[in-house]
Amino acid sequence: MINLTIDGQPVSVPRGTTVLEAAKAIGLRIPTLCYMQGLNEIGACRLCLVEVKGMRGLQAACVLAASEGMEVYTNTPAVREARRINLELILSNHPQDCLVCERNRQCELQTLAEELGIREVRFSGEVSAYPLDCSSPSIVRDPSKCILCRRCVAVCHQVQSVGVLAPTARGFDTIVAPEAESSLNDVACVLCGQCIMVCPTGALREADNTEAVFAALSDPSKHVIVQTAPAIRVALGEEFGYEPGTIVTGKMVSALRRLGFDAVFDTDFAADLTIWEEANELVGRLQAGGTLPMITSCSPGWIKFIEHYYPDLLDHLSTCKSPHQMLGALAKSYYAEAIGVKPEDIVVVSIMPCTAKKFERTRPELVGEHGLADVDFVLTTRELARMIKQAGLDFGQLPDDSFDSPLGLSTGAAVIFGATGGVMEAALRTAYEWVSGETLGDIELTAVRGLENIKEAAVELPGTDITLRVAVAHGLANARKLLEAIRAGEADYHFIEIMACPGGCITGGGQPRPQDVNDMNELRLKRMRGIYQADKALPIRKSHENEAVKELYEKYLGDIGGEKAHQLLHTHYTARGKYPRQIKQS
Amino acid sequence: MLEAKHCVGCRQLNDPRYEQLEELIARYKSQKGALIPVLHEAQEIFGYLPEEVQRRVADGLDIPLSEVYGVATFYSLFSLKPRGKHKIGVCLGTACYVRGAGAILAELEKELDIKVNDTTPDGKFTLEVTRCIGACGLAPVMTIDEDVFGRLTPERIKDILARY
Ligand code: SF4
Ligand code: SF4
Ligand code: SF4
Ligand code: FES
Repeated sequence: MINLTIDGQPVSVPRGTTVLEAAKAIGLRIPTLCYMQGLNEIGACRLCLVEVKGMRGLQAACVLAASEGMEVYTNTPAVREARRINLELILSNHPQDCLVCERNRQCELQTLAEELGIREVRFSGEVSAYPLDCSSPSIVRDPSKCILCRRCVAVCHQVQSVGVLAPTARGFDTIVAPEAESSLNDVACVLCGQCIMVCPTGALREADNTEAVFAALSDPSKHVIVQTAPAIRVALGEEFGYEPGTIVTGKMVSALRRLGFDAVFDTDFAADLTIWEEANELVGRLQAGGTLPMITSCSPGWIKFIEHYYPDLLDHLSTCKSPHQMLGALAKSYYAEAIGVKPEDIVVVSIMPCTAKKFERTRPELVGEHGLADVDFVLTTRELARMIKQAGLDFGQLPDDSFDSPLGLSTGAAVIFGATGGVMEAALRTAYEWVSGETLGDIELTAVRGLENIKEAAVELPGTDITLRVAVAHGLANARKLLEAIRAGEADYHFIEIMACPGGCITGGGQPRPQDVNDMNELRLKRMRGIYQADKALPIRKSHENEAVKELYEKYLGDIGGEKAHQLLHTHYTARGKYPRQIKQS
Repeated sequence: MLEAKHCVGCRQLNDPRYEQLEELIARYKSQKGALIPVLHEAQEIFGYLPEEVQRRVADGLDIPLSEVYGVATFYSLFSLKPRGKHKIGVCLGTACYVRGAGAILAELEKELDIKVNDTTPDGKFTLEVTRCIGACGLAPVMTIDEDVFGRLTPERIKDILARY
């Protein structure tokens, strides 16, 4: 252990600990902006400056290793002045239109200005102005608000192994952008939105569709239905002051009804349905010798990734649409017929933890026979919170309400789709019983839960000679490892679950942002606990026991994996390549 | 891979410079910090760093294209546009500026029909601006390659260009 003092207080930390972490251990928060532990330790913003006895000049605490006998001071006049100067320099090249900014009151830059007591910006100069990049259906880039902390770069390269954002040019002209000043839509960005989750300012945000949804809601000729993904219910509350992981399903349904949606459905219903189709597909591939390992297909960021970077492996994907697309397709067929409304008068809105789903809903593969897109609008959890606030609803005071039938009934297996490993666990709960004909005793498959990079399990299917080998990866850098193994012929699995976002949808790119970007894993664990609690609380926890799904097959779809099911619930994929943009010939 | 890796038109398929580039990349492939030297040598082969070259370097060294582009735009030694045979540098240091360097630059832009940092379509001249080159006594000053021209007036530009 290393012994040092910080502001006169003794502290002992393991060798290799930074002064920043050591200070945290004694309850001292040193301001940081660019720092992300283990990911972005570049000492760029210099807001974390401290004074160290015997060292010349101030030191960046985030990259300074604690050493024996060190005397650190975090709150001297020199430190305060230097931090202010550095922040004022950033602010002098910043639009400062907080009042009309998406991040107003939720902005790290704003918070730091407040915490450091900035009352004036003593520097003035040219302010960088760049055009907005609104090219993609998912993400808006506003480089004028970028403070060059490079947190997005670190996430995109290291966590997602996509790497389409990088600092370019130098000096005043520096900008974090895709190559050749192209737009995000022109490069092989998977639109996962993980960069949005770590951006401290309004420089990265989702493409906002709330106005369009308000407009649909006030159109009397439209029957507007809404569905909510599993992960929304354990995160939406945070936007209204609840602890991360608090289950707010009842209030959420209430809020949606008050907003004026004609029916409030649950994507969980379609998650159960997905299991019927996907487990059936897996069993089929096992028996008929189809392409293995089969890989899940419910994460559109993941789908875009394999289409860009591993198009040779597209056959491994399950052909199942993602659950909200299935529900959209059913809303405009099964449900439309049942209530006697024309499909073109039905508007499907999906509340998703995800920015990639905004892109997904525009895919031409996901247009039904009637020429209508399965889903009309995708809103993130953050957008839903904005709508609730704009409608003047006092979220905490809302009564609990429940989803409408028939597309609102679901099981515990569906809700766990929201966390990494959940789809796998749900699929195994069903595949096990279908293949073996026996009842699964302990349905909690803990081997595939949690935040380990790649999780593996082997499940013996009694009455057969099959031991099902499965793997789960979350975050695309982890997925890439599995894909490389498949390419090399070394992946000895039957079934793989991949979710683009680390942790799964619970911290998808459309979820409430973390209070502190360095507590992202704690946030994941809290929301994850909410998810598994919700599973436990449900009376039925296996998808194949969902009576509403059973009825859907009996009354409408016919056979599992049959013709109608294929037409409505399955899709295909498109090889896109690494460089979708054609080079401009000069 | 399914994708046509370098689908940029047949123009480049038989271009021996791309073979040189592949050899160059192969030479550096497993070395650390290879990007800058590879870009440097690639620029020597092509005269500049076209996008197609950046993509091949990215693929060959297995680094994201955004990073290649970032490095190529960070160092002023790299150029993303074709360079002309002769490089014109107009000094915009203070002394030159107050003595009318702006008019010299405007005249050059007019005469060559290009903007700063561009190259004439015939590949003859590239027009750049420079910081003070230390010839303030001769202001306003421009350089063409190694030659220095001082006490310029817009009227002289045409004649000077005609010498190249
Ligand atoms: S990014 Fe933050 S500081 Fe900048 S304008 Fe928006 S709220 Fe204000
Ligand atoms: S959306 Fe994902 S892939 Fe695209 S820039 Fe952001 S982190 Fe990278
Ligand atoms: S876009 Fe956001 S996260 Fe990325 S460098 Fe700029 S401010 Fe930082
Ligand atoms: S330099 Fe330490 S947080 Fe940015």
